Amino acid sequence: MVILNILLYAFGSILVGLTFMGIGRKVTARVHLRYGPPFYQSIMDVIKLLSRKSITHNFVMDLGMIMSLAGLIGTMLYVPISGHTAFISNTNIVVIMYLMAIGYLGMAMAVAASGNPNAAIGVSRALTMMLGYEVPFFTVILGLIIFNNSSSVAVIAASQAGSIWNWNIWHMPLGYIAAEITLQAMMGEKPFDAMIAPAEIASGPMVELSGKYLGLGFLTHAVSIFVETGLIVNFFFGGGANPIDFVLKQLGVYLVAVIFDNIFPRYKIEQAVKFLWIFPMGLAVVQLLLLAF
Amino acid sequence: MQILDYAKEEQKKQEDQKLWDKVINYFRKRSLWMLHYCTGCGAMELPPILTSRWDIERFGVGPMATPRQADILLLTGYVSTNTMKRVIRTYEQMPEPKWVLAFGSCTVNGGMYWDSYNTVNNVGEYIPIDITIAGCMPRPEAILDSMIELMDMIQRGEAKAFQKYKENYSYYKENQDRLFKRTKPVLESSALRYIHDENGGEQ
Repeated sequence: MVILNILLYAFGSILVGLTFMGIGRKVTARVHLRYGPPFYQSIMDVIKLLSRKSITHNFVMDLGMIMSLAGLIGTMLYVPISGHTAFISNTNIVVIMYLMAIGYLGMAMAVAASGNPNAAIGVSRALTMMLGYEVPFFTVILGLIIFNNSSSVAVIAASQAGSIWNWNIWHMPLGYIAAEITLQAMMGEKPFDAMIAPAEIASGPMVELSGKYLGLGFLTHAVSIFVETGLIVNFFFGGGANPIDFVLKQLGVYLVAVIFDNIFPRYKIEQAVKFLWIFPMGLAVVQLLLLAF
Repeated sequence: MQILDYAKEEQKKQEDQKLWDKVINYFRKRSLWMLHYCTGCGAMELPPILTSRWDIERFGVGPMATPRQADILLLTGYVSTNTMKRVIRTYEQMPEPKWVLAFGSCTVNGGMYWDSYNTVNNVGEYIPIDITIAGCMPRPEAILDSMIELMDMIQRGEAKAFQKYKENYSYYKENQDRLFKRTKPVLESSALRYIHDENGGEQ
């Protein structure tokens, strides 16, 4: 039963994440005044990638890709979807924050093992970006924990039940803005997409990934979208009355990120970290002080 | 007679396509990522097919930055003998299944550079080409048309040039070697050879 539950959550999140990616591509196309691919394009891409021949460099590369996907699916199991979680835990923010890093570290391990200099540059940029966004995001979460006297995502989501005016977005708007900016960096959208940068470093971390490995990378990205938007929905938009409500709210959060992605150019990595440490961090600290006193 | 047998064999192979192949071919044709090796003026026709007028992304075709992830190699325009080495290297880095699309008359017969000393006439002798688009330059409509033709070929299981390359490698390799004998690296020209040899002696 538990295994069935885990499989259901894993496949569900992957499917939802891939559909979001497809819808994001469609929205991007409409912003460019194009027709755009169908919304299930990402699913077709992944099936094609899994059917291709692929190149592996060594065992660490295989292990790293699996580790990153497994790490993010493990994270996803702790994110409550309208009150339901695969694993019940009452301090799951700590677990989520701890496990989320494993996904990115696995990806770093895999692509660094390939030995391509572009991949190494991309990974070093991605890890530097992680340093930039985790500090403000954790500060916002610290504010939430103090506000709710609990480190359980489910409790924080449940405390906002009732009406729209109970949502945390109205209680802590500065924290929400900080979290939204850091979300942009977490998902690697512009202006914080220095690690992908196809024009400069040939897709960065993905440069050596071919076929099945890139397919796994797609799946990892899909789960990471699900986890990150799911956290924002749980923290600021009151979770969701039912799973469909939850997914629709996630889609809203994701589309805001995609539209911002389309209208911004790219920061250099040092500018991005500087920006993240000044503006979202400042907002988060002000929010924390307002909550504490 | 041999040609007829070959055609019959191909026909039989298509009819024998298993259901699994048909399903996978559907996904392959709906998600073609292209690596454009832009050597000549054909590159100018690519921005229009990617942007709002002839948006090719609606067929799932999109640009990719590295050969590891690409399905189609686009050769746009003439290829010189030195460029050919890079083209072959790029082509051989792409994982299977892979397809090659050649643009314009330059790739067919050298085009307006057909008697130039360093331009490759008929790229098809050195790497296998699935579809060649005629024209100088082909219009974006022609490129779209060729993409759709390639998709049909993939669905029918006919686009197998990469297998042709593997099966007839000796033929292609011989042609490539003959071509590369004609070219010498710039650093080994008569004026620089002496200095170069003294510094390392590497050819």
